[in-house]
Amino acid sequence: MTRRVIAVDGLSKRYRLGELGGRSLREDVNRLWARLRGDARAPAPGRLLALDGVSFAAGEGELVGIVGRNGAGKSTLLKILSRITAPSAGSARLRGRVGSLLEVGTGFHPELTGRENVFLNGAIHGMRRREIAARFDAIVAFAELEDFIDTPVKRYSSGMSMRLAFAVAAHLEPEILIVDEVLAVGDVDFQRRCVGKMGEISSSGRTVLFVSHNPRVVQSLCSRALLLDEGRLVRDGAVDEVLSEYLTRHGGVTGAERWSSGDVTLLDVSARCAQGPGRTLRVTLRASLRFARAFDDVRVDFALENEAGVRLVQYIPAHLGHGPATVRAGGALRLDLEFSLTAPSPGECTGTFFVHSRSAGALLHLDHVPLFRAPAVVGAPELSAPEFTACLVADFEGALHAVDDAP
Amino acid sequence: MNAPRNPLDDGGWDVVIEPHDRRALPHLGEVWRYRDLVLLLVHRDFVAQYKQTVLGPLWHLLQPLLTTAVLTVVFGHIAKLPTDGVPPFLFYMTGTVIWGYFAAVLNDTAGTFTANAGLLGKVYFPRLVIPVSTLLSKLIGFAIQFALLCALVAWSVASDHDVHPGASLLAVPLLVALMALCALALGIIVAALTTRYRDLGVLVAFGVQLLMFASPVVYPLSSVPDAWQPWLALNPVAPLIEAFRHALLGEGLHAPWMLAASAAIIIALLILGLWLFHRVERTFMDTL
Repeated sequence: MTRRVIAVDGLSKRYRLGELGGRSLREDVNRLWARLRGDARAPAPGRLLALDGVSFAAGEGELVGIVGRNGAGKSTLLKILSRITAPSAGSARLRGRVGSLLEVGTGFHPELTGRENVFLNGAIHGMRRREIAARFDAIVAFAELEDFIDTPVKRYSSGMSMRLAFAVAAHLEPEILIVDEVLAVGDVDFQRRCVGKMGEISSSGRTVLFVSHNPRVVQSLCSRALLLDEGRLVRDGAVDEVLSEYLTRHGGVTGAERWSSGDVTLLDVSARCAQGPGRTLRVTLRASLRFARAFDDVRVDFALENEAGVRLVQYIPAHLGHGPATVRAGGALRLDLEFSLTAPSPGECTGTFFVHSRSAGALLHLDHVPLFRAPAVVGAPELSAPEFTACLVADFEGALHAVDDAP
Repeated sequence: MNAPRNPLDDGGWDVVIEPHDRRALPHLGEVWRYRDLVLLLVHRDFVAQYKQTVLGPLWHLLQPLLTTAVLTVVFGHIAKLPTDGVPPFLFYMTGTVIWGYFAAVLNDTAGTFTANAGLLGKVYFPRLVIPVSTLLSKLIGFAIQFALLCALVAWSVASDHDVHPGASLLAVPLLVALMALCALALGIIVAALTTRYRDLGVLVAFGVQLLMFASPVVYPLSSVPDAWQPWLALNPVAPLIEAFRHALLGEGLHAPWMLAASAAIIIALLILGLWLFHRVERTFMDTL
């Protein structure tokens, strides 16, 4: 049993909708005047419960993922815990220093150099000057900005700023680190190091709260997750349970709205890989698509990319003589595909789906759909080098079926 | 709560976040703990101001000299306002230097929340750190200008002009401190109210201008009709400017009761300001 460092009890946050846009003195005077006259028609301000009675606790060294759709209250929760804003009800108790990395803004001053901003940023997090100086070299090395550290931040790319911001937050050694969807910027390699760093922080006994829209990252990093929906904590438990609940609730891979073009929605995708004969990997893919309108001759092209975004294989059914399918309005199609490829370098593989029909043209184009994690192939160290991308592809077997069990 | 009771949990929490803060005023000790941040923000304000300018900090000297030259021509030579027998250039310069500091602090602290939204949205730190660092960073510019002013006064004394700096020079730090606190108090009052009423932000620059004419910057207090004098005493800045001028030039009203009244008004404003600031500092991010 570890000591709790975060205890959140019945936390709620209510926004008065009128307040969101700022108010003028005249409106307030009018409202006051209306109230004095007892006028019941005075416009009552709308209310929005961004967070509704959330309770949980986290112990030392825990790495907790927070998932939920846009507007579920994830960012509001993190803002309250970082004391950017106060809750409307409930309480939260924290032990130790809190470091946080919220949204994409870094809080850097554009005119100051990277060096000056590191000190400023550290001081904002409550560090003394000598503490920052002691960690300065490690911060710069982690961000890989040795050559640019004396350049004003306004000349940095957004990726460089984010790298520096993450490096500062991660090296402050706060007892609690709060990270909100920052991995969206930065290249694959840096994202991987961020994830590694968070793992390292939690194994050194500090607590990390991590918000991400990418369930794969949450799954690989966290052992426990919280699912928020419309401001309420609907699930708190082992990461696999919570993620599967998240996926069923929101009927898509990572939130239906991201995987739909209106006419076509990618309902579900699953991919498995197993080591095949020789140094090959056998991949089994299944994707379900729902169509709002009827279409003739629908085809689904597919491509597989490795973690660095390099395309490994491409499946173009028309070239292979795989026939098109017909779908009625409200109907569904399922793509079942099996293929082998020379084992790629280990890491997260993603897919590209392109749904099109001869009569209606492009229907849906999805990139970076998370699929599976390629394992290191036993006995083939040369294939594990990150720069290895060459692939031999064989034997696509598959078809597009109409699915009748549409609800 | 779902988590099992843990004996180690009892007490010892560093941070308790609740809807309402029991304190009525900001925790000043916390600002002290963040003194490194104050210094870095002072450095940021001072350095960032002059990045990519040709003359850099030289502007601190040019600005009061140019302003004083204009005031001397307009009010001294065209309007022919009295200057208590003091050389007009020095008269206007003392007014400009002390008023310039006051106006700069007031204008900047009034925009505390809007100008620093990026920083404030990142993580918690005592919000009062920002106005306090503004006050200090403007003090650097003031010190440079004050040194220039002292040099001009010394030169005037040496060349036998009608200028008599006195023992009250020793009171200058106190006068400047009161001036700074007054600007801080008014600034954070406006900052707190602007989070709700944006209109005020527009009014600040205008209000500062009006306040200048209600203060003895371009005229001596002695030239104000007797009947209006008590009203001017309500302006806490007026006696400070007069006393400052008296310290440097040997002319100006410096009644102790007026200074005491001014200090009392400033302390009252400061308490009001801290109270208002504290009320909004925990929720202003929702309205920004």
